[in-house]
Amino acid sequence: MAAATNNGHFKVIGTRPIRHDGIDKVMGRAKYGADYAFPGMLHGKLLRSPHAHARIKSINLTKALALPGVKAIITGKDLPKAENKLEQSGEMTVNPYYLSMNILAHDKVLYDGHAIAAVAATNPHIAEEAVRLIEVEYEVLPPVMTVDAAMKPGAPILLHDLRNKEEGNKETNVAQHHQFKRGDIEAGFKSADFIIEREFNTAMVHQGYIEPHNAVGIYNTDGQATIYCSTQGAFDVRSLSAQVLGIAVGKIKVVPAEIGGGFGGKTTIYLEPLSVLLSKMTGAPVKLVMTRGEVLRATGPTSGSKIKVKMGATKDGTIVAAQVWMAYEAGAYPGSPVGAGAMCIIAPYTIENLQIDGYDVVVNRPKTAAYRAPGATNAAFASETIIDELADKCGMDPLDFRLKNGVKEGSAQVVGPPFKRIGFVETCEAIKNSEHYKSKLTGKNRGRGVATGFWFNAGMQSSATVNIHTDGTASVVTGSTDIGGSRAAMAMITAEVLGLPVTDVRPLVADTDSIGHTDVTGGSRVTFATGMAVYEAAQDAIKQLTERAAKVWEIKPDQIEFRDGAFHSKAGDKPPMAIKELAKRLARTGGPITGRASVNARGVGPGFAATLVDVEVDPDTAKVKLLRCTIAQDAGRAIHPSYVEGQMQGGTAQGLGWALNEEYFYDDKGTLRNTGLLDYRMPTCLDLPMIETIIVEVPNPGHPLGVRGVGEVSIVPPPAAVANAIFHAVGIRMMETPMSPPKLMKEMLKKRAAENAQSAAAD
Amino acid sequence: MSRKTLVDAIVNGEPTEFLCEPRQSLLECLRDVLELTGSKEGCLTGDCGACTVMIDGRAVCSCLVFGPEVQGKRITTVEGLADATRLHALQQQFLEHASLQCGICTPGFLMSAKALLERNPNPTEPEIRYALAGNLCRCTGYDKIVRAVTDAAKTLREEGHDRAAARS
Repeated sequence: MAAATNNGHFKVIGTRPIRHDGIDKVMGRAKYGADYAFPGMLHGKLLRSPHAHARIKSINLTKALALPGVKAIITGKDLPKAENKLEQSGEMTVNPYYLSMNILAHDKVLYDGHAIAAVAATNPHIAEEAVRLIEVEYEVLPPVMTVDAAMKPGAPILLHDLRNKEEGNKETNVAQHHQFKRGDIEAGFKSADFIIEREFNTAMVHQGYIEPHNAVGIYNTDGQATIYCSTQGAFDVRSLSAQVLGIAVGKIKVVPAEIGGGFGGKTTIYLEPLSVLLSKMTGAPVKLVMTRGEVLRATGPTSGSKIKVKMGATKDGTIVAAQVWMAYEAGAYPGSPVGAGAMCIIAPYTIENLQIDGYDVVVNRPKTAAYRAPGATNAAFASETIIDELADKCGMDPLDFRLKNGVKEGSAQVVGPPFKRIGFVETCEAIKNSEHYKSKLTGKNRGRGVATGFWFNAGMQSSATVNIHTDGTASVVTGSTDIGGSRAAMAMITAEVLGLPVTDVRPLVADTDSIGHTDVTGGSRVTFATGMAVYEAAQDAIKQLTERAAKVWEIKPDQIEFRDGAFHSKAGDKPPMAIKELAKRLARTGGPITGRASVNARGVGPGFAATLVDVEVDPDTAKVKLLRCTIAQDAGRAIHPSYVEGQMQGGTAQGLGWALNEEYFYDDKGTLRNTGLLDYRMPTCLDLPMIETIIVEVPNPGHPLGVRGVGEVSIVPPPAAVANAIFHAVGIRMMETPMSPPKLMKEMLKKRAAENAQSAAAD
Repeated sequence: MSRKTLVDAIVNGEPTEFLCEPRQSLLECLRDVLELTGSKEGCLTGDCGACTVMIDGRAVCSCLVFGPEVQGKRITTVEGLADATRLHALQQQFLEHASLQCGICTPGFLMSAKALLERNPNPTEPEIRYALAGNLCRCTGYDKIVRAVTDAAKTLREEGHDRAAARS
């Protein structure tokens, strides 16, 4: 593939223009899903289970339906039985059969907050009153809250039709076992001088987007439905809703609203089919918006996990063997990201002998959804802590140890072909050479920690059109939800190819009827794959424009060269013709020009990040204060550096929250106790320092502009980096997230008691 | 169901009358009655700050105020921040610094920051962080937001000097 435009010299790419959708957003004009309103619109609310695990014996709607203003109520019985099959959806797999049951419980509720019924009424307050009037009789069953409890012989079974390959026809809570093996681990460990073996536990955490899920459904009597919602993937909402409702994909149009954050959590559906079904029953548009409590109780968090890692190294600092056992909470239905976690856990290192076993385990918690590099953060918390310990044992600098064992072009991956050109080494070196790493950290109870992360990144399908306007400006249309500034990147790529100022290109995100199929905004794929489609669509427009210029000049297209926004005759016998000039002549030379491209993008370039943090541990309260933080990440090519930095900073902040504060807190009945943002404690402005960024650019050979994608890997290193920093501050290895004051205090008191006992014995 | 009350207030400089039920929050009144959907609902418990507006010059979570409580008050929402021809310095700096990604928290941050700069035109970084700690942003890690507020404060101070110089 061609390396770049303008011989690798960019005019627009790498600059920092103001994003095109920015003004609407700072003025409060941008329309998010919950901002939509239609004449005659009804409002919906959901009844949710107060039990973690129960059989529904009966549902009585009589009183609720009698409330004035209530127009319709639906339960699981109103959804057709969906097909039991596995399908790829975004970065995760989805089974429509379970998806349907998650949207409305059919006969069992499987977590606190599981939806049971949906009410449509003339206003949201009436709908809420009606929800309280629905009578449900439950047979309460014992909750299964952890992977240990779920995998124990004789554990209560969540899904009676769930089977896995290994256990045959036995009822089980283990949905899948993944295994990856290489070399001879026994021989590997035998050759090791140092072996470290530890067990890690990470808490379930939520994506924490500020905008709750929403949907407005409009069903017309001709069988055509329209859904307005904030989603990362309008086409996925369309296909998943069609499957849950048992109607054809072509009968649904999804209009993606602006989206208030997603981080993977808005790649699936919850409310969308319900809004359509309620609209079908009432003949009116129906709007459903979740409360924060519903978001936390019943939308996809990511898995809590138990991970055991054993790793061995020789004295010279070579990792010779690794053995990993990992079990991830899938939530109520199969589909945790344990497979991805298994492929990420030692991905940055060349280890000859390894065995990784991963288990996908159902528990009475909400069904997990994708969360930024799904599965990789849990995994790196375990492996990167052990790596730090091994480096210490070998007496090596933690970055030198990583560099010695680090993957390069040609290194074997856990699965698949060897790595192509990658930037792990460059990323580690960027941290090593940073002013932060070279600076001295002094003071009591202070420590510095480093960790790295890997994420595959994704390709998948994208479509784009580039329209040349009559004044020579252009619009670029894609189907990719813009969740963090990607419209600006799409406009910049278009402007770069067309030789236009970026302000002359209007980017827009179209609905599912207005652009070709486009997969989710996820997997760090938009700038990579949709960017590839945009690049090709712009090239297609240039090709067509060249033919028109040839017509005007009455020469052959191959006698024309396009550069710097103008057509030049190679013979040099004509004055250059700018796109603006040619645009005026389109009508007379054959009509308007639309460049088009659709891709199923190959050539994905994996992403690496390395994060450095300085912490101070309060000896009295065990509160960890973040003093300084730097992240280096390989972007391949940074199209809009400000938004690349934004992804790096945002992912880092989420990783730091995961490390220090965030956790799902269930009581022994399986009731979620922290259902608000005061108790589900995400980092605030006061909790974080400035987050310094170093963009590394090792171009991806699989992309015309060298793009890798930057959305996810930044979240992976922080928990391990913080754990390593805490160790260097107070000498305690934390093996559990969050490393919150109560958990760290417990370890500090244990350590002090042991030290006191030792000094008493010495006396 | 309860009967609706008529509320008189000044919204973004305009004398405004609206009808609301006593149980409707100011946020609901702004969004659903007055169709000012710039203020966002993130939690309804005052924890996220996405619904922040100014009431008589003070930054307040509009989800924690009932509609009838604003009788006679002066309310400024994000829609009232810019003038006809120019963005407010905070809005401009948020754009220049790429301080928003998804943008859902932005209206709330702008209003909290406005209230801060009105009482403290030259805040330090810790003062900015303290003033914005009631607003959650999940996309940016706050770095670019803090920088934008710092620079907007500078712009506003300079504009203040310019205006003072022009008067003298």
